[in-house]
Amino acid sequence: MEKKPIINLKDISLSFDGEKVLEGLNLSICDGEFVTLLGPSGCGKTTTLRIIGGFLTPDSGDVFFGANRVNDLPPYKRPVNTIFQRYALFPHLNVYDNVAFGMRVQKKKKAEIAKTVERMLEMVNLKGFEKRTVSTLSGGQQQRVAIARALANDPKVLLLDEPLAALDLKLRKDMQNELKNMQKSLGITFIYVTHDQEEALSMSDTVVVMDGGEIQQIGSPLDIYNEPVNAFVADFIGESNILDGVMLSDYKVKFFGRVFDCLDAGFEKDEPVDVVIRPEDINIVPAGNGLTGTVTSVTFKGVHYETIVDFYGFKWLIQTTEYHPVGEVIGIVLDPDDIHIMHKSRYSGMFGDYSSYSEEFDEMNDPTIDLVDDEADAAGEAD
Amino acid sequence: MMKARGAAAPFAVWMAIFTVIPLGVVVYYAFTNADGAFTFENILSIREYAGSLLRSFWIGLLSTFICLLLAYPLAFSISRSKGRVQQTMVMLIMMPMWMNFLLRTYAWQSLLENNGFINQFLGWFGIPPIQMINTTGAVILGMVYNFLPFMILPLYSVMVKIDKSVIEAAQDLGSNTMQVFSRVILPLSVPGIISGITMVFIPIISTFAITQILGGSLINMIGDNIEMKFFGTAPDYNVGSALALLLMVMLLISMGIMNHFDKNGEEVGA
Ligand SMILES: Nc1ncnc2c1ncn2[C@@H]1O[C@H](COP(=O)(O)OP(=O)(O)OP(=O)(O)O)[C@@H](O)[C@H]1O
Ligand SMILES: [Mg+2]
Repeated sequence: MEKKPIINLKDISLSFDGEKVLEGLNLSICDGEFVTLLGPSGCGKTTTLRIIGGFLTPDSGDVFFGANRVNDLPPYKRPVNTIFQRYALFPHLNVYDNVAFGMRVQKKKKAEIAKTVERMLEMVNLKGFEKRTVSTLSGGQQQRVAIARALANDPKVLLLDEPLAALDLKLRKDMQNELKNMQKSLGITFIYVTHDQEEALSMSDTVVVMDGGEIQQIGSPLDIYNEPVNAFVADFIGESNILDGVMLSDYKVKFFGRVFDCLDAGFEKDEPVDVVIRPEDINIVPAGNGLTGTVTSVTFKGVHYETIVDFYGFKWLIQTTEYHPVGEVIGIVLDPDDIHIMHKSRYSGMFGDYSSYSEEFDEMNDPTIDLVDDEADAAGEAD
Repeated sequence: MMKARGAAAPFAVWMAIFTVIPLGVVVYYAFTNADGAFTFENILSIREYAGSLLRSFWIGLLSTFICLLLAYPLAFSISRSKGRVQQTMVMLIMMPMWMNFLLRTYAWQSLLENNGFINQFLGWFGIPPIQMINTTGAVILGMVYNFLPFMILPLYSVMVKIDKSVIEAAQDLGSNTMQVFSRVILPLSVPGIISGITMVFIPIISTFAITQILGGSLINMIGDNIEMKFFGTAPDYNVGSALALLLMVMLLISMGIMNHFDKNGEEVGA
């Protein structure tokens, strides 16, 4: 992949009616990259895409295409095409005319248009649908027309706003593969918006996690998953147990009144930190080994069981293929690479607590109180 | 099927009383003479009214066209404005319709008269009076004024349904403002244009009061002639019915042509 930046957003801010929607957004996108903007509803993903597409002008900051500042370039002059959140096909045109629209505007030759439309419809598996009116197509077919229509313009960059959100799970998976393959074979830069973390992780070269109009983290799917920068990212990218801890020194963290080895370094001595433990990283062992807890709920999820375990009043989510019934007392052990340490952030304490899974609601509000009480005897038992 | 037929019964009665029977009466009168004997004379006498009929058509066409030219940009800008503004604008357009159209037309008469408001106003600046009343222009003005809302509203109601994202898609695919208009907005508003034209052209062509109030005795349209035949000094129900029948047939043909355009639009698109 070439590492030439094709789009640069520099310090973009935007407000609607005095309400900040984007703040200090910096993003550099390379040629041929598959970049995904990921975040909860209302975090500003569509807004960011619309700024790139030219439908919105930022209040401050600059948009660069290559070396050119394009803040004031109208959409029709930008070398990007968009697949809109609700497809926005032309209802008065049939499939063929929808796909041919952009080329006709550019006054391409009839024969060339016909050839390209045919090629595009073949690519999205819609050969034979040329004369169909778009309102008679299924959601997935409309989706494909939208893709064909955008790609027929031979864009340098394709903006996709939750293109698969309306599709059922099976079709969504198929289309994810198709889109990814298209992106690879055409070598086009994709800027893809979704709030589905699995989709983001499986398709992207780079994931941009957003919340509240700000970028929380930019990185490869693996980095984002393994090294989340704060509790928000850890929680949004998959399930996480997030605990309060203290970094005693490099590679030593204390939580639940015990000291654990970990792989993180570079924190200040005794810095309060958030500790992330992924539910699938936890190994269940017979009681008496490691931390000891009681299973309070089990949910079958197909591939695994989601088991909630009460450790001294704090409830953890553990994903395991083994079945442990409610009430069973189990032990767990954590390896150093199961533990990931994050700096405290404004999201600390907001995520990663699975107490609400339990029936014993009285315990959930302040797990630390129970912890202090139980700490002494728990430590005695296990060590 | 049966259920539908049962539900349609009140409609059938309504149709019989208000449409079929009156139509039957018109047809009866049109093909009989004063003694009630069958005749083609009434139909043949229509030739005398060819000038009036022609005038009706071109006044109707011109007024409708002016209405369309005025209403289209207005309807579009209303449809693209904010919700509150939209409601207010639609309200303002409908408001004059609450007043009887005769009153509104008389108001124009007193404005346009030789010693009316406008000429008095011009007089203050030493401009000699201009002949405005009793001209074709005055008639067309009255038509446009009275029927403009009937053009704006159907256009507006079709245009608000044009999704903003469709317009953005067109821009995204490289269309400048003119191309967005000609390739997306115009084709999508064709149904509104058709129903607007139908709702304006047909009443204009059959109206009589407006021509009489603003056009005087000089300008008469086919509607005036029909009215004269029923309520004038020398009533002739038979010829009047023949004229009414003719007008009806002409309008049916015009509507047929319009619908044909509409269908074509649909075949191409949605
Ligand atoms: N035209 C607008 N006027 C006022 N507020 C707006 C406008 N467009 C977006 N917003 C607000 O800006 C915020 C971000 O909106 P945006 O559409 O970018 O969210 P999103 O991340 O795409 O969400 P979703 O996943 O639901 O599509 C939201 O709070 C939204 O209400
Ligand atoms: Mg969105």
